[in-house]
Amino acid sequence: MLNMTSASPIVEIDHLSYWYDSSFLTLDNISFRMEQGDLLGIIGPNGAGKTTLFSCILGILTDYRGTVKLFGKEILKNRKALLSEVGYVPQHASIEQSFPANIEEIISFGLLGSIGKYSRSYAKDQVLKAMQIVGLTDKKNKRFNELSGGQQQRVLIAKAMVHNPRLLILDEPTNGIDQETQDRFYELIRKLNAEEKISIILSSHDLDAVSKLANKVACINRKMHFHGDAKDFFGDENMLKTYYESAMQTHLRLHQFNTKSNSQQLPST
Amino acid sequence: MTILEILEFGFMQRALISGIAVAAICSAIGLFLVLRKHSLFGDAMSHVAFGGLSIGLFLNLYPIWTAYAFTIIAALGITKMTDSIKIPPDSSVAILLSSGLAVGIVLISLSGGFSLDLFSFLFGSILLISTQDTIAIVFLSIAILAIIAIMYRRLMYITFDEKQASVSGINVKLANYIFIVLAAITVVTSIRLVGVLLISALIVLPNITGILFGRGFKKTAIISIGIAIASVVSGIVISYFANIAPAGAIVLTGVAIFLCTIITRNIRKSIRPIKITEPYLHNRSQE
Repeated sequence: MLNMTSASPIVEIDHLSYWYDSSFLTLDNISFRMEQGDLLGIIGPNGAGKTTLFSCILGILTDYRGTVKLFGKEILKNRKALLSEVGYVPQHASIEQSFPANIEEIISFGLLGSIGKYSRSYAKDQVLKAMQIVGLTDKKNKRFNELSGGQQQRVLIAKAMVHNPRLLILDEPTNGIDQETQDRFYELIRKLNAEEKISIILSSHDLDAVSKLANKVACINRKMHFHGDAKDFFGDENMLKTYYESAMQTHLRLHQFNTKSNSQQLPST
Repeated sequence: MTILEILEFGFMQRALISGIAVAAICSAIGLFLVLRKHSLFGDAMSHVAFGGLSIGLFLNLYPIWTAYAFTIIAALGITKMTDSIKIPPDSSVAILLSSGLAVGIVLISLSGGFSLDLFSFLFGSILLISTQDTIAIVFLSIAILAIIAIMYRRLMYITFDEKQASVSGINVKLANYIFIVLAAITVVTSIRLVGVLLISALIVLPNITGILFGRGFKKTAIISIGIAIASVVSGIVISYFANIAPAGAIVLTGVAIFLCTIITRNIRKSIRPIKITEPYLHNRSQE
């Protein structure tokens, strides 16, 4: 059993660097801390390294430089135990639409793996509680592909929080979802943070939503451009200007990288 | 002669018992293969098993044992290779299929042509199964189903989303290796029933049909196993009365069930009354 005291930061990242394909610097010397109860909004343009950062936090990527700690312990040394305290909703869940599992079965997946053995009645109670929180109790026998995009995301959130995690990581969870559903989804995120006391990391391009929800903001674009209180970031016009300028620079940098990669792969004609 | 009367024959009893056992494991393993879009993996492994059978016949060893060994080693090898050098799944199927068949063809040419034994493995020979083989098939099937029952939630999660399963702390690699060994054993065990050339039909057809019906993974698995057993039992009985090859009869019964399901589904869809929504009714009343 890990000794994870409440005084330890939820996430502590120190001088984290990662090279994609051992050549392209995706994260450059990132450092930040996240405390218990924070709702941290991570913003940055496409290709800024947000998903890479999450992969390092979750111990999916292991060949990085620097240290990543969850609840005061290094993720790579205690991955299984630490992940039992984390729920994760990926950016693009590559889910087969004809998958025949019903919603109840899918939510119960969250109880597998690192949390150890549990009784059937505990599982049933937890799944029911998660369904109630996300408002899907009446859909428990539906198949995943019978739900709308917003409902599918709520199922994935319920699955991520069914084992009572202390930290929930949401990687651009509202991509491809209409505005009305997004609003309901953000209300759910706020509720999980305020009422269920779950610390949340939310990456999003929706600056308006992040400004309303998050108490802390990290703006990354390969490097850490800003980390601090949300009101300081969104109250500073220069900061927002820098954000959009860096977004454009990233776009150009990725374009150059892709062009270079393609010219290396294709034979010259 | 009635259906009950044919059960008095010992060869029919053995065929039905081993057929039901094989139908259950093919369907249970096949559901995961189909959902992972690896439907042809069973076909590829059956061709590897053909290479393994040829090795046994060439070296004068019991061919089923060499088929088990060769298929398990090849399946583990290709899985390791797919993991480490990221070969696309369809390419790994092509490699397995062609290399297994090539080994078989080379050994057949070295031993001077097809033997009767190899021919029976290619097309299946369920009516010739011995009591010893029946006992072995039943025991292996019980073991495979027991392991799947223990692992099925994990396998289901990995099939749903491998990355999320890994983040939940599931040892995805280990689970995949165990699954692939079970799939290899299932294929070799089933070869006696429908033969190398038709095995993938028994893996795919009941599951494709079951997925159309199933609400929930467990229910889908039960429906698929039921359809597989129904195909095998009806196929064997039809083959007896019509005096045709049992392997072909089993597969064609599976195809018939699948087609009937599709047709029934489409008919039901077309005669379902159109729901008139409340706003529409409201607008009509205002007109």
